[in-house]
Amino acid sequence: MNIRQIELEVMRYDPEKDEAPWFQQYSVPCQEDWAILDALNYVKDELDTTLAYRWSCHMMVCGSCGMMINGEPSLTCKTFVRDLPDKVRVEPLENFPIERDLVVVLDDVMQKLHQVQPYIVRKDAPPQEDKEFTQSRGALMKFKQLTMCINCMCCYAACPQYGLDKNFIGPAALALAHRYNLDSRDQGKSDRLDILADHDGVWECSFVGACSEVCPKHVDPAAAIQQMKIDGAMEFWKQKLGMPGDKS
Amino acid sequence: MSRRPYIRPMSQTTWYMRNGRYKVYMLREMTSFLVGFYTFLTIYALATLASNSPQVWNSFLSSQQSTGMIALHGFALLYFLFYQTFPWFKLAPKAMPVQVGEKTLPGIYIVIGHYIVWAVLSAFIFWLAGVI
Repeated sequence: MNIRQIELEVMRYDPEKDEAPWFQQYSVPCQEDWAILDALNYVKDELDTTLAYRWSCHMMVCGSCGMMINGEPSLTCKTFVRDLPDKVRVEPLENFPIERDLVVVLDDVMQKLHQVQPYIVRKDAPPQEDKEFTQSRGALMKFKQLTMCINCMCCYAACPQYGLDKNFIGPAALALAHRYNLDSRDQGKSDRLDILADHDGVWECSFVGACSEVCPKHVDPAAAIQQMKIDGAMEFWKQKLGMPGDKS
Repeated sequence: MSRRPYIRPMSQTTWYMRNGRYKVYMLREMTSFLVGFYTFLTIYALATLASNSPQVWNSFLSSQQSTGMIALHGFALLYFLFYQTFPWFKLAPKAMPVQVGEKTLPGIYIVIGHYIVWAVLSAFIFWLAGVI
């Protein structure tokens, strides 16, 4: 197998020693089928055991290994060395505080995910007591793509609006809220509306569209947010005109 | 071991220079300057009408036919087409997906629908203006 030498430029930050982050160079002999995560693992195993970064599954499922690769938020397990130049810069996800090296603090987003009630809210008793909810395939198709999110937070790193205003609920949490709003089993839409239609909700989004472009699972949060804007505006006018609003 | 998370600063004034995607976004947002210009132009046109002087109104109309103004209107038209109309119409199927049964209606129908409405409205305005 061919070996290709790449220069990995990795952002380092040790909260106990460093005033600010800095870059460290590693020369990594990469095999042709390696992803950047393999190169980082090589550094950790063979060159520098002090390097800190998150990863788990190496198969685009866990969402742990999101980082900036040459300035682009990406999953390091999905970004292959063969598609990159000889010099690769790896930084922690933008718009998040750096805990250490490539590890970021995700507390803010965790709190936002919780805030949008990302679970099925029922007001009536389930239609068939002690039985599962039935849902047609058509009803599932309305939101299926939105369930693909793995919380890698690449969308937050791409979103300048979140970078400029940390109160903005942001792409993944809003897309997740929309996923439950569209679910035929859910009755929590009106509860979520207070948060979503607020200033820090969907209207803070100026549709840069970067979140959808970088999403490794093609969730398209930007589209979800625009759909919610239309929903919110419709609800507003329904209320103004005294028409019955959404029942849920 | 103490925690001391480092917050990377983000420039409030030059953040959009970070990548090409943000620059295109800013070019799109800059259409707001042209919207502002046309707002003032409309108010000015109404003021000339309100003056009740055919001379003032006619001088406004001829000012709009100068080479510079025609170039500006042409530039504004192209700028709006490329940074508003075309990209927004292309994105319309994402903002308003139409589901028929289990399938989502192909986006092209929604895009074509937008162009048809646009053509009809434009024709109506041309008719109002006496062009057609």
